[in-house]
Amino acid sequence: MAQHMSILGASPIRKEGRAKVLGAAKYIDDLSLPGMWHGVTVRSSIARGRIRSITFDPSIDWSQYTIVRAADIPGENTIVHLTKDHPCLAAEAINHPFEPILLLAHPDKAALLAAVAAIHIDYDELPGVFTIEESEAAVTSGSTEKIIWPGSDAGGTANCFKQYLMYTGDAEETEAGLAAAFAQADFIVEGEYSTGAQEQLYIEPNGVIAECFRDTDGNIESVCVRGSMQCPYYLVHALTLVFNLPQEKCRVIQVETGGAFGGKEDFPSVIGSHAALLAMKSGHPVKIIYDRAEDMAATTKRHPSRIRHRTAVSKDGKLLAGEIEVAIDGGAYATLSPVVLSRATIHAPGPYKWPHLRVRAKAMATNVPPHGAFRGFGAPQSLFGLERHMDKIAHTIGLTPEELRRRNFLATGDKTATGQPLIEHVDMQHLLTRGLAESNYHAKLARFAEENKTSPIKRGVGFATFMHGTGFTGSGERRLDSLVHLDITPQGRPNILVSSTEFGQGTNTILCQVAAETLQLPYEDILIERPDTSIVPNSGPTVASRTAMIVGKLVERASLQILDTLRKSEGLPTPHTREDFITAAHCYHLKHGALRASVRYEPPAPIFWDDEKYRGDAYPGYAWAVYVAEVAVDTRTYMATCTRFDALQEVGRVMHPVLAKGQIEGGVAQGIGYALYEKCVWQNGRMMNNQMTNYIMPTSADLPDIHVHFEEVPSIHGPGGAKGIGELPMDGPAPAILNAIENALGIAFNTIPLLPEDIFERLTSINGGTEDLDSTIDLDTQTEVPA
Amino acid sequence: MTQIQLTINEKSQTLTVPPTKRLLDVLREDLALTGTKEGCGEGECGACAVLLDSGQGPELVNSCLIPALQANNTAITTIEGLAVTQSAEASDDPLIPNTYSLTTALHPIQKCFLEKGGAQCGICTPGMILATHHLLDNYPNPTMAQIQEGLAGNLCRCTGYMRIFESVQQAAKLHTQNS
Amino acid sequence: MHSNVLDYALTAPATLEAALHLLASEPGQHIPIAGGTELMVALGAGRLTPKSLISIQHLRELRFITVDETHIHIGSGTTFTDIRRNPDIARDLPLLIQSASWTGSIANQNRGTLGGNICNASPAADTPPALLAYNATVTLVSINGPRTLPYTDFHLGYKRTVLRSDELLHTITIPRAFTGYRQYIRKVGTRNAQAISKIALAALAQLDDNTITDIRLGAASLTDRPTRCTATERALIHQPINEATIKAARGALASETHTIDDIRSTARYRATVAGNLLEEFLRSLTV
Repeated sequence: MAQHMSILGASPIRKEGRAKVLGAAKYIDDLSLPGMWHGVTVRSSIARGRIRSITFDPSIDWSQYTIVRAADIPGENTIVHLTKDHPCLAAEAINHPFEPILLLAHPDKAALLAAVAAIHIDYDELPGVFTIEESEAAVTSGSTEKIIWPGSDAGGTANCFKQYLMYTGDAEETEAGLAAAFAQADFIVEGEYSTGAQEQLYIEPNGVIAECFRDTDGNIESVCVRGSMQCPYYLVHALTLVFNLPQEKCRVIQVETGGAFGGKEDFPSVIGSHAALLAMKSGHPVKIIYDRAEDMAATTKRHPSRIRHRTAVSKDGKLLAGEIEVAIDGGAYATLSPVVLSRATIHAPGPYKWPHLRVRAKAMATNVPPHGAFRGFGAPQSLFGLERHMDKIAHTIGLTPEELRRRNFLATGDKTATGQPLIEHVDMQHLLTRGLAESNYHAKLARFAEENKTSPIKRGVGFATFMHGTGFTGSGERRLDSLVHLDITPQGRPNILVSSTEFGQGTNTILCQVAAETLQLPYEDILIERPDTSIVPNSGPTVASRTAMIVGKLVERASLQILDTLRKSEGLPTPHTREDFITAAHCYHLKHGALRASVRYEPPAPIFWDDEKYRGDAYPGYAWAVYVAEVAVDTRTYMATCTRFDALQEVGRVMHPVLAKGQIEGGVAQGIGYALYEKCVWQNGRMMNNQMTNYIMPTSADLPDIHVHFEEVPSIHGPGGAKGIGELPMDGPAPAILNAIENALGIAFNTIPLLPEDIFERLTSINGGTEDLDSTIDLDTQTEVPA
Repeated sequence: MTQIQLTINEKSQTLTVPPTKRLLDVLREDLALTGTKEGCGEGECGACAVLLDSGQGPELVNSCLIPALQANNTAITTIEGLAVTQSAEASDDPLIPNTYSLTTALHPIQKCFLEKGGAQCGICTPGMILATHHLLDNYPNPTMAQIQEGLAGNLCRCTGYMRIFESVQQAAKLHTQNS
Repeated sequence: MHSNVLDYALTAPATLEAALHLLASEPGQHIPIAGGTELMVALGAGRLTPKSLISIQHLRELRFITVDETHIHIGSGTTFTDIRRNPDIARDLPLLIQSASWTGSIANQNRGTLGGNICNASPAADTPPALLAYNATVTLVSINGPRTLPYTDFHLGYKRTVLRSDELLHTITIPRAFTGYRQYIRKVGTRNAQAISKIALAALAQLDDNTITDIRLGAASLTDRPTRCTATERALIHQPINEATIKAARGALASETHTIDDIRSTARYRATVAGNLLEEFLRSLTV
């Protein structure tokens, strides 16, 4: 190998960075097409019911407008995700507030305002269901009035999109083991934990521009949608159904995307289909850009959840058995809820050994806009429950949170709850030692305990230990069958062709690093194609922390294939120089024409997964982490503030330290927001604070110093030993912060977001000696059931 | 409609616009300066921030809250006016893929954001860079508290602000070295 | 945008005189717009009903800070940034500097004006508690001339003031009488920056030994308008600072507290935190 400076592990300039700092990068609202019109969505004002009539006020000259209704859809009226329950436009039934009913387009954006106001929709309203509990109650009561979702052929039942039942072994044996363990346990600890909805709050709202092309007979020939998105091929799939067109006639181009975080994973299928329908009917390109209020009110958020734990523990702190119930609120349609639930289910056991465990999970239907993907994808919910519960167990049995975890950590060679053997190196003991040392945890624990006696500001430290599976769950990566092309131009420049998108995380940069490293070429020589489905193959969606590890590995393999071709065909020497490579590529082109390597996903090690039993290798690889939070709670204002954060993780080889730190810090910031600031205020299924003024995300003045530490253990799965990193930092902050708050105040809070008003209610009710006292303090100490 | 006179990035412009048209829309629609972004339309996120000089020096403002008439006879600097020369390669054609090879000489603040990881998705970046410009005009050697306050009106959802703070500190260092 | 800008008129009279004439000629037809940090949000959200705006943002007559022997006079068109940069205000009126510094963001402070903050008449506005505590007076002008009144008399209720539709707020005048006072201000918002107040308290006290000889309290979000806490002041004046006084003061404050539940907080929280801030201030006086 040539002795060149390794570019993997260095921090080269972000590929599209210059355009961004110059303000020259073009986002969707910066683009315009000739003859383009503007589109808008007419939405339901009720949560549930039936459309009785739609009237168009005659004061408007409607002939100037294009109006699209459900009946205009040439194909199926559905936004396809996993099932087809989600209509593209409501034809009759309304299932959530702000549900799309009509689409309007006009050459003048301002003319749309008056038109929307001049459309009157009458409804027969039906009673809605707005929480997990109301949805469950409708099922148990047997009354059909509040059955808002009928079930599906994909495993859904009344009001329930999906259920999973996961055991650590054979079902019957595990049930027997559970019964025995609970009968013999020294302690049984129960807890309930809940999390709220969270808005992705990408700073660029959703937006697209669509075109529709017709042949000479006027038949629809093809559609093309440009937009802000994560997964161009998801939108292609949606368009094929809405327009009844083959895949190659549905072209999707991702343009520069101003943040996504999962919020532009499934939703662009909706807005993209809408704009394409308006383009079809108007005969013009149509742009739809949501404003902030519409984006917040009508698009997806993180699923609210309720996690229940019942755990059998021995005196010496061994987890003997566990029962975990996970319930998430999916909103009005199934969308991605089954897969969010899957990740929540598999992450519920955390990085611990469970001799006997049962996880029951379900995604319930409610009459709120469908919840969807958001960084972490179910894992932050179940890990919040677990890591709060671990502290509760520790307090109950009289061990430190540290010691309890140390006695139960998974290690190399152990099997996870799904029965996956941990072949790769795992050392949570060391991570915990280092994480606590980096954050000076023990010294702070002692110091704060002393200072808190006299100070009105109570300080505390807490931590969470967790893992995040990278890549698609189970057999998902096999099914995706991702494909990557690597072209070498006649000038000897590699051009990476993938549908993997850049939306800030660094896709462009790291994939180019992988190619540069493997091809032993300068990073600056590597090109990456704009994701345009007419050019790039389907390398899978840009989700699930899979891009670096899965797609990166494909780029690495494609690069090796190119080298092999050039060595065999053109005698490229080993090692080679840049000039050798250019000469060889040039010669190859003269002799054989285009040079392209195409590679498909192959698991680096055998992966077994049983979807029926929910057993096997749940993820190709895991990232492991210890996050430590320091908090201060002002007992005069009841405000809890995170005052320092330490994030230690083992994510394999770190490909780009600057980007990697940025990913972790950004995720931690979102996690701090999730824990302490970001509350969606709901009223009958409508988000009431759908403004940046009232939905409170942290500003630069609200975040602590975030210290990021990496433990580098190269993995077999990713290129150069890398693993996934994107979602991990969302999982740990909330439980670490609430553990720290319990350390500061001696009060357990088990619901997020935790706002000053919540702390106030608990603190004042305890000090006031009201009945609340019993439901808080005592719950935490009287759960122990002596054997 | 009303006629207004503006100096945009050192170039004088006369425009006829509705008087309450937002400066943001004047920049983006009438002048095709799309580097100024809209994130919220209510002065909360700072993506639309520009520098506006009405005779007392450039001040950071949210262009979504300024009616065009109030910008009459002012001098405005947008992100496009910060670099030494405007790039000829920034393509308006959406079908031409990004070349990633813009040759424009960067302003030192832009350079620091690029090198220190201050820009991720890039949508807050123009406003953030102009806010940094304003901050360093007022505090050439800002403390961390001054940086945090100076950028608090520019929301970033990607970075958690840490890389941005480093970018600003690096820019301050360059700034001091050069002056 | 939830409104069509073509539906709105906006003029910028060259002088204050011209602006006042315009306001007087068609009463109630026009509303003045200064920095726009409030009205442009309302316009964008489609909440602004009057369709004619008169810009006063450029009027030099309204943008001044003058200091004489006894008072500081601040023009209503003075921006928060102007206030923060003024050394006389920094010296004499630290609470006003502090409250200006936590109004919106830097960009909004560069545009937003003291007059706008007062006339918008939000109970949660940032500068009024300090102005109330500092015993400010306000001078209103119309074509019929000026009138001056105590700032405590300016607010009539939620978003209602004594300002007539033909009048503009011209000057805020604050006595330079608080050297030697203990001064306190604290805002409790939804976050550290760019936050709307859940509750805020500004306080001034003069002590002789341990006894309060003068006390002034101004609060935000305590009632439907910015509030001077007169009942609490009465409970504290001439009292020594001790547990009984603190308890009585908290009781008095509770008696004049009419907090509400809204999207940002709860009435109970606001009321208790207001008492806590008062107590924090009083205890700080003994140190």
